[in-house]
Amino acid sequence: MALLLLAGGWTAPAWALSDPAEQLPDAAQEQRARVIGRELRCLVCQNQSIEDSDADLARDLRRIVREQVAAGRSDEQVMAFLHDRYGDFVLLRPPFTAGTALLWATPVLALGGGALLVLGLRRRRAAPVPAALTAAEQARLAELDRMP
Amino acid sequence: MSEAAPNPWRRRALLGLPLLAAGGAGLGFWAMLRGLGTGSYDPHGVPSALLGKAPPDFALPAPAGSELPALAASDLHGLARPVLVNFFASWCVPCVIEHPQLMALKRQGVPVFGVAYKDKPADALGFIARRGNPYTRLAADEPGRVAIDWGVYGVPESYLIDRQGIIRWRWAGPITEDTVAADLGPLLRRYSA
Amino acid sequence: MIPELGHFALGLALALALAMSGFGLVGAHRGEARLMGLVPPLALGVTLAVVASFLCLVASFVVNDTTVSAVVANSHSAKPMLYKISGTWGNHEGSMLLWVLILALCCGAVAGFGRTLPSALQSRVLAVLGLVAVGFLAFILATSDPFSRVWPPPMDGNGLNPILQDPGLAFHPPLLYLGYVGFAVTFAFAVAALIEGRVDAAWGRWVRPWALAAWSFLTLGIGLGSWWAYYELGWGGYWFWDPVENASLLPWLAGCALLHSAIVVEKREALKTWTVFLALLAFALSLLGTFLVRSGVLNSVHAFASDPARGVFILGLLMLYVGGGFALFAWRAQAMAPTGVFAPVSREGALVLNNLLLCSVAAVVLVGTLYPMFADLVLGQKISVGPPFFNTATLPLAVPLIGAMAVGPFLPWKRARLWPALQKLWWVALVALAAALLCLALEGVRVGPALGFFAAAWLILGAKADFAQRIGLFSRPRAAFGRALALPRAAWGGAMAHGGLGVTILGLAGMGLAVDRLALLHPGESVDLAGYEYRLDGVVDAQGANFAARRATVEVTRHGRAVVTLHPEKRSFPLARMTTSEAAIHTTWLEDLYVVLGEEREGGVVLRIHDNPLAPWIWLGAGIMALGGGLSLSDRRTRVAAPAAKAPALKNPAVRA
Repeated sequence: MALLLLAGGWTAPAWALSDPAEQLPDAAQEQRARVIGRELRCLVCQNQSIEDSDADLARDLRRIVREQVAAGRSDEQVMAFLHDRYGDFVLLRPPFTAGTALLWATPVLALGGGALLVLGLRRRRAAPVPAALTAAEQARLAELDRMP
Repeated sequence: MSEAAPNPWRRRALLGLPLLAAGGAGLGFWAMLRGLGTGSYDPHGVPSALLGKAPPDFALPAPAGSELPALAASDLHGLARPVLVNFFASWCVPCVIEHPQLMALKRQGVPVFGVAYKDKPADALGFIARRGNPYTRLAADEPGRVAIDWGVYGVPESYLIDRQGIIRWRWAGPITEDTVAADLGPLLRRYSA
Repeated sequence: MIPELGHFALGLALALALAMSGFGLVGAHRGEARLMGLVPPLALGVTLAVVASFLCLVASFVVNDTTVSAVVANSHSAKPMLYKISGTWGNHEGSMLLWVLILALCCGAVAGFGRTLPSALQSRVLAVLGLVAVGFLAFILATSDPFSRVWPPPMDGNGLNPILQDPGLAFHPPLLYLGYVGFAVTFAFAVAALIEGRVDAAWGRWVRPWALAAWSFLTLGIGLGSWWAYYELGWGGYWFWDPVENASLLPWLAGCALLHSAIVVEKREALKTWTVFLALLAFALSLLGTFLVRSGVLNSVHAFASDPARGVFILGLLMLYVGGGFALFAWRAQAMAPTGVFAPVSREGALVLNNLLLCSVAAVVLVGTLYPMFADLVLGQKISVGPPFFNTATLPLAVPLIGAMAVGPFLPWKRARLWPALQKLWWVALVALAAALLCLALEGVRVGPALGFFAAAWLILGAKADFAQRIGLFSRPRAAFGRALALPRAAWGGAMAHGGLGVTILGLAGMGLAVDRLALLHPGESVDLAGYEYRLDGVVDAQGANFAARRATVEVTRHGRAVVTLHPEKRSFPLARMTTSEAAIHTTWLEDLYVVLGEEREGGVVLRIHDNPLAPWIWLGAGIMALGGGLSLSDRRTRVAAPAAKAPALKNPAVRA
């Protein structure tokens, strides 16, 4: 959405309005198929999952997912089926590999690095500061406290 | 200032970090923009997961009314020379654009096997009849399922199979003169040897 | 004639901005009051010139002047007037001009409202803004001239992409740009502070209103865009973690961190270096978004048609401003020694935690957005980073952030104890827990929504408790009303913004329980969903201003009682050769009934029906957040003048700088 304006590329807004007959009769299985489908990228339309796209290929892939779910394959087996054919690109949740380790480590690195920064600054301040509060500073602090 | 930091150099390094990150990102973006111009960077391309592997097992019928032999996985083993497997459709505009290139390949003696993707047999045959037939084998994949096994995500799409029956190259989109000169030609020479 | 005037005005603005920057920097450096005195009038001149230029472009669109190529490419005489005007910025060239227009208005505002600023600071801020304006004006004039002519003129224009012809989307870019460009002002303040080598409480006080304003507009812009996606794209989605969406979220996160850390600068003169960094970062991320959207390096549905030449120019500007800002930071921030000691458990400690978590979320979004591009470039690997990654990676960071959000406002400055603060929140925690348990009991084991309801109750009631404590609602209820009126608006605003996020999360949690159903219906047939019965009455042809439509009539009843009649449409725009689907939405505030018309076959039509619990609260919450920002801002406005009066008293304001 932050959209602005897609000049090219988008021939039609993609609303996945497909054939009701496509849905699995078993609600639990249909739900599973949807969860799987949201993890898989529509290759033609970029940046959309196959559940959200009305592209022909997305429809075919949706159907394959549902057939396999109905045939009793596990989530992992269904994903592996498509991964074998389309590679890492089809997975909206990138698999953890040497190439994506940095990506998956980002939350830990950011939080850890930030925490180290805060701790480092605190330790540095803690050492010299207590005696360093000058009269001017105290006056300034007091003044700040009086401010609403 | 004097009591500011026990290790001013560490602080200096820390303060320089944003600049370093911005510089690195900038360099990367610049390389991407250059790559966009030369074609080495393409945000829309999807690589094939089958490179270096044998094609999936499949057996497709010939389109009804076709004189040409059909295509199955067993036809892609122990070949005399590398072949190009080309997924096309009569309803696809870029397929028309690449057609002359396929005809040229045929004249050079490169076997091109065609797979009509999601196409009615009559339409596929009409397409060939009108524009000339580059194919030595022709199969129909009306449901489009075998194409998915190959990892096809649009037409036209072409796969180069070497003599041992391994997929060596995949091209998504129309094959142009440039494609033949830059990619396909050298590969054909390498795998013919 | 009018386009030429517009073009000329742009050139004039460029010259004035250049002069403003030169006089500002030199004047402030030499301390020459005469030179510095020229800067505000020059800034107003830039504002006027750019406004004139923008009006010229609007005029060209309004009269549908087909000799202007931007009009030809994006407009059409049959288009409704609103979209003729919004079409002005519905394309690359016009939107760049809008960007510069807002920048020019900011220059005008700093020149006008900033009279209480020390003149050297004001001159430097305006000089930096002028430099930014020079770069983007040069970009427009060199690569994206909106006024270029075509000859011979075609009979009419090509029209605007129909899915962009929507009131929500007409105002989405201006709001978003107000946010992005607002951060240019905080950037300018940061650069000015780095040049001067000092940051003090007064600086924090001047920067905060700008950060607040930019953040509030960005909140509205993002909210509006998300709402548009929800009702226009027609499958009930509201946030897709698309790179371009992320590009707007990044400055929002950085800005959110900035406006919190600026409080610490203002009250405690601590976190100064960090706050300066955030001010630089927020604008850097705004520019990054501009680059990503317009350069073509990105794989996004929202990207403009790519043009590598423009990409190189924007990258150059990006490197100039961001690289320049960060270089100055690396060089000069050393001078700003850290000051202020504080305990980990205190208001400022909580704000540090807020910054740590917000920036970690921003890091995840930034890395997730750029990773596929860099993996492709460096490793040659094509990977996708989509919603499942972002949801998984940001959730563990969002949970403690939300947890701390309710507690933070209860901690006093300097030194606090956690226990008394938590004691005041025990009933909030109980109600939140009850909400989560209720969700689990009613909806089964659904962790996401249950967590969402907990978080929503925790934030909304936490904000209420904060407010109640400030006005002494429970301790001295009779005086409470008077105290509520006397409460600084910033306190109101803060509580409101926190509560607003709670409201948004309430909507998100509700959407976690959304259900939908796809059905092929013939006239007279009906289908049930979530306690409502949807009956198709029929489908007819309808005619719009510039489209033809198929229009369905769907009667919705609940237990036999009529609820509403919905009219989902499928519109075809002959000019653009496009079909769009207009979802019909009825909101009860507790849920949205959402019907989309699909293809017609076998005498029936396919309907996709969604039941979206609490959906409207997502965007209502964004509105409340922005309103909270606005309230805070209205408080600051009266106080912005205060530090100037006190300035002489602070002989050496940056105590140790």
